Parts: sequence; structure tokens; C-alpha cells
Amino acid sequence: MTAQATAPAASGTVVRRVLRRRRHDDPGQDPRLSPLWTFVAWLATLAFFAPVAWMVLTSFHQEADAATNPPSPLAPFTLDQYTLLLERDITPYLINSGMASVFSTLLVLVLAVPAAYALSIKPVEKWTDVMFFFLSTKFLPLIAALLPVYMIVKDAGMLDNIWTLVILYTGMNLPIAVWMMRSFLAEVPKEILEAAEVDGAGLPTVLLRVVAPVAMPGLAATSLICFIFSWNEFMFAVNLTATKASTAPVFLVGFITNEGLFLARLCAAATLVSLPVLIAGFAAQDKLVRGLSLGAVK
Amino acid sequence: MTTFVPPPTKTDRPPARPLALAGAKKWRRRFPLLPALIFTIIVTQLPFVATLVISAFQWNILQPGDRHFTGLSNYAFVFSDVRLRSAVLNTVVLTASVVILSVLIGLALALLLDRRFLGRGLARTLLTAPFLVMPVAGALLWKHALYNPDYGLFNGILNAVYRFFGADNGPSVDWVSNLPMPALVIALVWQWTPFMMLILLAGLQAQPGDVLEAARVDGASALQTFTHITLPHLRRYIELGIVLGSIFVVQTFDAVFTITQGGPGSRTTNLPYEIYLTTFRKFEYGQAAAAGVVVVIGSIVIATLALRTVASLFREEEVSR
Repeated sequence: MTAQATAPAASGTVVRRVLRRRRHDDPGQDPRLSPLWTFVAWLATLAFFAPVAWMVLTSFHQEADAATNPPSPLAPFTLDQYTLLLERDITPYLINSGMASVFSTLLVLVLAVPAAYALSIKPVEKWTDVMFFFLSTKFLPLIAALLPVYMIVKDAGMLDNIWTLVILYTGMNLPIAVWMMRSFLAEVPKEILEAAEVDGAGLPTVLLRVVAPVAMPGLAATSLICFIFSWNEFMFAVNLTATKASTAPVFLVGFITNEGLFLARLCAAATLVSLPVLIAGFAAQDKLVRGLSLGAVK
Repeated sequence: MTTFVPPPTKTDRPPARPLALAGAKKWRRRFPLLPALIFTIIVTQLPFVATLVISAFQWNILQPGDRHFTGLSNYAFVFSDVRLRSAVLNTVVLTASVVILSVLIGLALALLLDRRFLGRGLARTLLTAPFLVMPVAGALLWKHALYNPDYGLFNGILNAVYRFFGADNGPSVDWVSNLPMPALVIALVWQWTPFMMLILLAGLQAQPGDVLEAARVDGASALQTFTHITLPHLRRYIELGIVLGSIFVVQTFDAVFTITQGGPGSRTTNLPYEIYLTTFRKFEYGQAAAAGVVVVIGSIVIATLALRTVASLFREEEVSR
């Protein structure tokens, strides 16, 4: 609900849009939940959140307190697990994850933004077909690509290389980014674009003054989604990396074996690797919905 | 990994100028699109072509001398292999149960969160957490911290409840071994319900307030309002949730790899995990490739239905512009 309100359009659609958005703008208008249902809502919320809470709680316990039956949630707290993890070898994995996610997200944006421009503001002919081509690549299971990708990467001597992951994650996220950026750029008011052109504004001015203000929230939402999907990716990471380029999820499945009591440290590691996405997702909840639905739900 | 462009929809905006664009101008418009298009074709279509080629070979890297063209025999194997057939069945069961359950629970949660109550914002935030936890971390959490027969939280709580009522010890259930598929489904439903809830909540919030108000004034009951106004309005959002959820859940690899390793036996081996085993444990490249092609064809069938759904959303957006 940014540009739409100001976008002039045929009067009928304006009315429709205003009606459709009314509740969205003012959640205070929503009817209240009765106390009984409030209780049910909170019970369900806590049930869903309980595993996360248990993970965080366990991560602050000693191993001996973490693996008791019945559970001992009130055992003394300690930061030992986190110190151990950071002292040992989680850091390079986190750096690898960060590099793969950040670089692939940047590459996605560099490719997706001009493409979205050519699909919305100055659309090429048959632009809907192009959109559906991008989407169709997303429907195809990654697993079917694993074998050929593995063989190509092996022949090119690019196994266990962070840039291999960057390229694959870019391919994986590019269709999502094109769809999302198009949905944001499509909100740039056509009339203002045309007026600017009639007034003789050059392309840089139009991009900076008219397109950028609308595109910025879109860039943020797109980056968030691409970052989440790259950060969490496991299948390519576990099959294409060995020691140098392994990412955080590979570390997680690797350190369990033969460690004896490990539950508290596992929970600490799981908390640590989930933290960047949890923070980003909590901070940008509204953008999350639009991103997950490829821009279809606003 | 392959192309299946649906028939052109009628969404093309009327051209800005009635005259066809001149050739040079056309290319100037196409230029910003090309890098993304070429990149996508190379990274996603090329591997598929390679898969097609490999699928026509007898190729096991443990027998390097014995690599030869076999035509369609890998496909004959894929369609007759018991393991693969059960993997197909497991994939269908897993995907259908996870998607249906998470849509239903997500809908219930969205209906609750669509109303005002104390701490609604906080509840919404907490509810998104399962989806934001790294999937591998979530799977490990369920396997070791919750399902573990000795010190997992579920048996721990059972034990505590039994002792509270004076019994010696609670039952020690080995959840993952005894109920492998439900264990997998529950962990995945936990992960995907927030996703469905967010999409459906956005749908509920986009309901026209005045129509609901009119229904109330006209004396419609809550149930009538729900079945006649809310559900029809939500249909598209439910479809979108099912489509996107199916795309992601069909590909489930992390949870199977982590929680059950496809076992016991092959009772929870889905197609992605079976292809992974064929490739990296049995080294049967030809068979793995053929299975991959079959999965892709299956996905195309589902995707054609799915694209129709997305196209209708797309059309609606264009009409309302």
C-alpha cells in the first residue's frame, strides 16, 4: 500500500482498490476476539513456538542438564556451548554461508532489476510468456539437476568452491527475484513516467526520481527472500562441498556423529545458524509475505 | 530445467503506440532482459539436457569400462523398480499430508489472527518463527531434542506427567522408528504452517470491509459470512498456498536426510532422497538421470495446473490495474 493510493487510474478501479484495501490500512477496525478464543489463539501460538523456545533454552544448559528425563528446564544457565562453538570451528562455516548468500543475492539483484524493468516499465513484446518461462524453471525439482551439476562442476574443477554455490543459488533465486521486482516496478505510475518523458527528463533522472522510490522497498523484500533461501540451502551445499567451502547447514549435520552428549551444543549451533534469518524475518514480516508469494499477495 | 511456456494469456497490455515498434527499438527494450534470461537458460536448462543424455546410458562409475548407450532401458528400470515405485508413493503421501494439514491449520490460525486480541502482533511474530528456523536445524531439533526416545522432550513430558500421577515411569516411545512417516509429516507441518498462515492472513486482511459490514447488517450469521463471503474470497489464496507449498514440499530433502534417512528400510524414502541415494551411494548415474527425468515430467504435469492458478491471479492483478 504505497504507490497505489496515489496512482491515478480509471475512477472505477480506484474505488475498487480503496474498498479492497480498507481493512488492510487500519487493522484497528478488525473485530475483537472473545476471551475464550484469545486463549485458544495463544495456546496454538505457544504450541508452535515451543520447539524454538526449547531449542534456545537447551542451548544455555550444560550437556548433563540438557539430556535429562524428565526434562529440567530450570537447570542453571551457561554460555559454555556458545563459547565452545565459537572456539572450535563454526566460524569458517558461517563465513562461507554469509559469502554464498550475500554474493548470490547481489548477483541476483544485478540480473533481476534490469530484467524486471524490461518486463514492466518498458515491457518487451510477449512479456507474460517471459514471466512464465522464469516461473516454470522454479517448478522443476533441484534434485533432477544435482547429477549433471555435480558432473559439470567436477569437470570444471569447481567442487568445494564457494563461487559454485553463488552461481547455483543465483540460478535458484533469479526467477523469484524477477517476479517480485516486476510486481514492485509495475506499481510505478505510468502517467508520471510519461509526463517525465514528455518534459524531456533523461533515463537517469526518470530512474532516480520516479522508479527508485517505488523500487527500494522491492529491493529490500527481494534481497531478504533471496538471502533466506541461500542461507538455508542444504542439498547442493552438502553434495558439492567438502572442507573449504562448506556452509552452516553442512556443519550442523556433520558435528553430531560420535560426539556423545551433544544436545546442548547442537541446540546452540542450531540457534546460532538460524539467528540471521530469524532477525531478518522478524524485522521485515510484511515483506516476507509478498516475497513468499512471488509478489502475488500484497 | 526445461521449458513449458503456457499458451499466451490475454494479459498483454494494449501497446502504448498502435504502430509496431521498430527493430532497433525492440532490441533496446529487450537488452536489459537478456543477461537474466541467458543466465537462467544456462544454469537451469543445460543441466536438464545433460540429464536427458545421461539417462540414455548404462553408466556406473564403479565400473568405468562399462559405459554404453542403452536407449530407454533405464526408464524401463525406473518404472519397474520396487524401490522407486515406493518412493513415488511416499512422495505423494508426504506432500499431500503436509500441504493439506498445513493449509488447514494455517487457515485456522489466520482466522484467529485476523481478529484483534491482546498481543496479536507478538503472536504473529512468534508463529512465523518455525518457518524462519533453518530447515536442517529444525529437522535436527525434532529428531534429537523432541523425538529422541531417551531424553527427547516428548517422552520427557510423558514421563513427567506419569510421575506426577504417581506412576513410576512413562512409556519410552521411539517416535521416529515406530511412526516414521507421521514423525516426518509433523516436523514438516510445523515448518510449513506459518507459511500458509501468512498467505491466508494476507488474504483475509484484503477482504473488503464494507461487504462484511453489509453482511452483518443484513443479519448473516458468522458461519454464513464465512462460507458465502470469506471462503470464496480466500479461494485464490488457498490455491496459491497449495501450489507454492506443493512445489517446495515435493522437493523435501533436508528433513528426510536428517530425521529418518529414508528408513526404516525405505518406508520414508521420497523421490529426491532416492535419487540422491542412486547417485551418491549406488553411483548408478544412468538410473539416477532417468529417475530425474521422470520427476521433471511429473513436475511439469503439476506445474501446468499450478501455472494456471498463478496466471489467474496475474490476470486479476492486470485487470485491476
